[in-house]
Amino acid sequence: MILSRLKQIRLVISVLCLTLIALIFLDFTNIIPSSGVKAILYLQFVPSLLNFFTTFAYDATGFFIVILLLVLFGRIYCSCLCPLGIFEDVIGFVSRKNKNWRGYKYLQPHNILRYSILILTVMLLFSGIGFLLNLLDPFSSFGRIFSDLFRPVVIIGNNLIAIVLEQLGIHTLYRVRWVVAPISAGVAMAVLLLIVWLSAKHGRLYCNTICPVGTLLGLISKISMFQIRINQNKCKECKRCERVCKSGCIDLNTKTIDSSRCVACFNCLEACQRDGLQFKNIWKRGHFENKAEKVVSQSQRRGLIIGSLIWLFGNTGFSEQTKKIVQSKQTTIPILLKNPISPPGSHSIEHFISTCTACHLCVSACPSNVLEPSFLEYGLLGMLQPKMSFNEGHCNYECTICMDICPSGALLPLEVEIKKRTQIGVAKFIKQNCVVYTDKTNCGACSEHCPTKAVNMVPYPNSKNNRLVIPEVNPDYCIGCGGCEHACPTKPYKAIYVEGNAVHKRALKPEVEKIDPKIDYDEDFPF
Amino acid sequence: MNRREFLKKSVQGSIVAGSSVVFSDFSRLLAAPPKSSTSYDLVAVKGGEPEIMFDNAIASLGGMKAFVPQGGKVLVKPNIGWDATPERAGNTHPKLVARIIEHCLRAGAKEVSVFDHTCDHWKRCYKNSGIERAVQNAGGKIVSGDSEGYYQSVSIPNGKRLTEAKVHELFLDADAFINVPILKHHSSAMLTIGMKNLMGVVWDRRTWHRNDLHQCIADFASYRKPSLTVVDAYNVMKRNGPRGVSVEDVVPMKSQIVSTDIVAADAAAAKLFGHEPGDIRHIQIASQMKLGQIDLKNLSINRIKL
Repeated sequence: MILSRLKQIRLVISVLCLTLIALIFLDFTNIIPSSGVKAILYLQFVPSLLNFFTTFAYDATGFFIVILLLVLFGRIYCSCLCPLGIFEDVIGFVSRKNKNWRGYKYLQPHNILRYSILILTVMLLFSGIGFLLNLLDPFSSFGRIFSDLFRPVVIIGNNLIAIVLEQLGIHTLYRVRWVVAPISAGVAMAVLLLIVWLSAKHGRLYCNTICPVGTLLGLISKISMFQIRINQNKCKECKRCERVCKSGCIDLNTKTIDSSRCVACFNCLEACQRDGLQFKNIWKRGHFENKAEKVVSQSQRRGLIIGSLIWLFGNTGFSEQTKKIVQSKQTTIPILLKNPISPPGSHSIEHFISTCTACHLCVSACPSNVLEPSFLEYGLLGMLQPKMSFNEGHCNYECTICMDICPSGALLPLEVEIKKRTQIGVAKFIKQNCVVYTDKTNCGACSEHCPTKAVNMVPYPNSKNNRLVIPEVNPDYCIGCGGCEHACPTKPYKAIYVEGNAVHKRALKPEVEKIDPKIDYDEDFPF
Repeated sequence: MNRREFLKKSVQGSIVAGSSVVFSDFSRLLAAPPKSSTSYDLVAVKGGEPEIMFDNAIASLGGMKAFVPQGGKVLVKPNIGWDATPERAGNTHPKLVARIIEHCLRAGAKEVSVFDHTCDHWKRCYKNSGIERAVQNAGGKIVSGDSEGYYQSVSIPNGKRLTEAKVHELFLDADAFINVPILKHHSSAMLTIGMKNLMGVVWDRRTWHRNDLHQCIADFASYRKPSLTVVDAYNVMKRNGPRGVSVEDVVPMKSQIVSTDIVAADAAAAKLFGHEPGDIRHIQIASQMKLGQIDLKNLSINRIKL
C-alpha cells in the first residue's frame, strides 16, 4: 500500500531533520560550516519568514516552500521539519513503550486559546515586539533547549572523555569551556518540562494549542489540496486510527477529521486495515467541509490591551551592573551601561530585538563565548535575545560566524573587512580604576588585546618617577570588540569597558605608515 | 643545571670572556667550524631562513642531544597568542617551530608537545598561525591550553610578587622545555621576548597585570629555566605590538638568538630590537634576581652570518 508508506517516508525525513538540527546546536567545535548550517535551517518557518521580510534574499525563501507544501499536503512542516514537533514525537514514542499505554483519544480543540495566542503573537510582532513569538516559536524553543540545556551536558561528557584520554597521553579531544546562562536555562527547562508532559500524555497538544506556528499553519491546512478523510462506507469504527493519532483530531462519532489540527504524520493511514481512510485531493470535488472558524473579536481587543501593556514594560530597560568579586585592592568606580551591546551584523538594537527569535544558535556557535542570552538589558521584551558580554572572551577580530549562520536575519552577514570596521560599541576608560593610576605599575593588558590600537599606551608622568604608560582611547578607531574589557585585570569594576552603540557605526580604518626597513644583513650584531 | 655543570660553565664562560677581551676578533674565527661542545653561552644568527638559522645555531651548541634526554618528553612553547598569519609576525614562525620539533625527535625525544594559552580564540590562533599544521607535519603533538582544568597550582618560592600560579600540566610534566618566543614590540612590557613568552603557560594572566607586570614576569622566570630559549627574530613587529595592526608593522630582520640563559637571550634580542636591555624593566629585575646574565660582554657568543 502506498498510503501506509507515507508514514515511513515521514519517519526518515523527520529523523534526519531532527538529527541535523540537533547537531547544529550541539556542535561545540564549529565543525559544521556556516553554509551547511544555513542549508539545514533553510526550511525553518519563523526564522525564514523574518529573514525574508528583512532581506528579501533568495536564501530566505524557505518559508515559501513550507507554505507550498502546506497548501498541497497539509502540515508537512509540523511533522517532518519542525525540530520541536519531531522532538515531541520522540518523547511520545518513548512514553508509548509503557505497558499501560492505551492509545490517544479524540480531543476537543482549544480554539479560543490557540487563536488568542496566534493573534496576540502576530499583533505584537507587527508592533515590533517579537517577545511572544520568541518564547513560543518552536524552532527557537528547540534551539534554547538544546543550546542552553543539552549542549553543556554534551560538553561535560566530552571533557570527561578528554580527561580520561589525556591520562593515556592522547590529546585528540580537548576540554571545552562552557557557560550556563541561568535565566535562559530556566526558561528552556520550563518549556522542556511542559513539552515532555504534554507530549507524553497528549501527543501534539502543544502544537495545536500553544504553538502559534502550528495554529497559523492549521488555519491554512483546512484548505490544503490533499487531506485525510474517513471513508464513511468502509470505516467500521475500530478506533485503530484514533489510538495512533497524536493530534487527537480524528472524531469517530462524527467520522470527521479536524484537518486544522492534523499534522500530516500519516500514522492513521498505516493503522487502518480496511481502507477506511483516504488521502485525497479535495479540490477535485470543489468544496471544503470545514469553514474557517471565526476569530473572536473580543480576544483581539484583549490582545491589544495586553500588547500595549507589555510594550510599555519593554521600553523600560534595566542597566547591567558588573558582578562583585572580592579582591585585596578593589576598584571604586562602578560601571553602568546605558546600552547593551548587540552583536555585529545587527546594525541597531532596534533591528536586532525586532528580528531575533532568541534561538541561541549564535550563542552556541560563538567560539569565544561572547554571546550570552540577555535578561533585562534590552528591556523585558528583549529577554533571552543574545547580547555581547566580555566576561569569558572578546569578539574575535576576524570571526563572522554569528552573522554567517543567523537564520532569522537579525544578524545580517558582513564581509570580514566590513566587520573589522563595524563599531558595535566604544571603549570607555575609567582612569581611577586603572592599575597604572592606583598602583603606579605598568599593565597595558587592554592595549595588548586591541586589534586596531584604538586603545594606545601613552607616557604617564607620576610621583614615583616610574617609567609608566597609561591607556588612551581613540574612539574613532574602536570597534567595541571588548578585547580591552576582557583583559582588564581590575576587580570588581573594570577600568575599561565597552558602551554599546544603539545604532552601529563605522570606525575609521587604522592608519598605516610604512616603516622603512633598511636592513643591512651584513652589518654586525649590536652586541 | 647542577653544581658541576654550573662550575664548568662559569669556568668556560670566564675563559672565553677573558679571551674575547684580548682577542676580540678571534672568537669569531673560532665560529667558522661549528664546535661540538656547548662552550657558547649564546648563538646569534643572521641572514637565513628561520629553520636554516636554527640548524646552524643548534649545531654550534653541540646539537639537540645536549638538551633533550633520550626517551624524554619535550615541551616546545612558541608564541601562538594571536589570530594572525605568519607574515604578521604576531606568532613564532611555524617553520622554526617545526624544525625544532624535528631536531628533538631526531635527538631521541619520545614525544614533543606544543601549546600556548592564547589571547585570541585558541583554535583560530593555532590554525591561522600555521603552527598547528607545522607541528603535526613535523611529528609533534599540538595540545589545547584553553581550559582551566589543564592548569595546576604551583608555588613560586623565589617570586617577590608572584608567589603562586596555575601552570599547564605539560609544562610541569616535560623533561625538557624549549622556549620559542618571537621578538616583538609590546605595548605594556615594551618588548616581548623569552621571559614574557612564559606568560603563555599560566592560566591567570590578569594577576600578573594587576600586581606589577614586570616583577611578575621576572618572578615566573625563576620557577623553571628553559633548556633552551630560541628567539625568533626573522620577522619583527616594530610597533603596535603585541598584536600588531597590519604587515606594515613588521620588519624582516632575519635573525635568531639561541641560548640556555633566558635573560641573556632577552638581553641580546632587546639589543637587536634597538633597546638597552637595562631599560626593559623585567630584564633588569631578572638580572638583579640572578636569573641570568644581562651583560652580554660576560658571555661567549657565537655570531653567525649566513
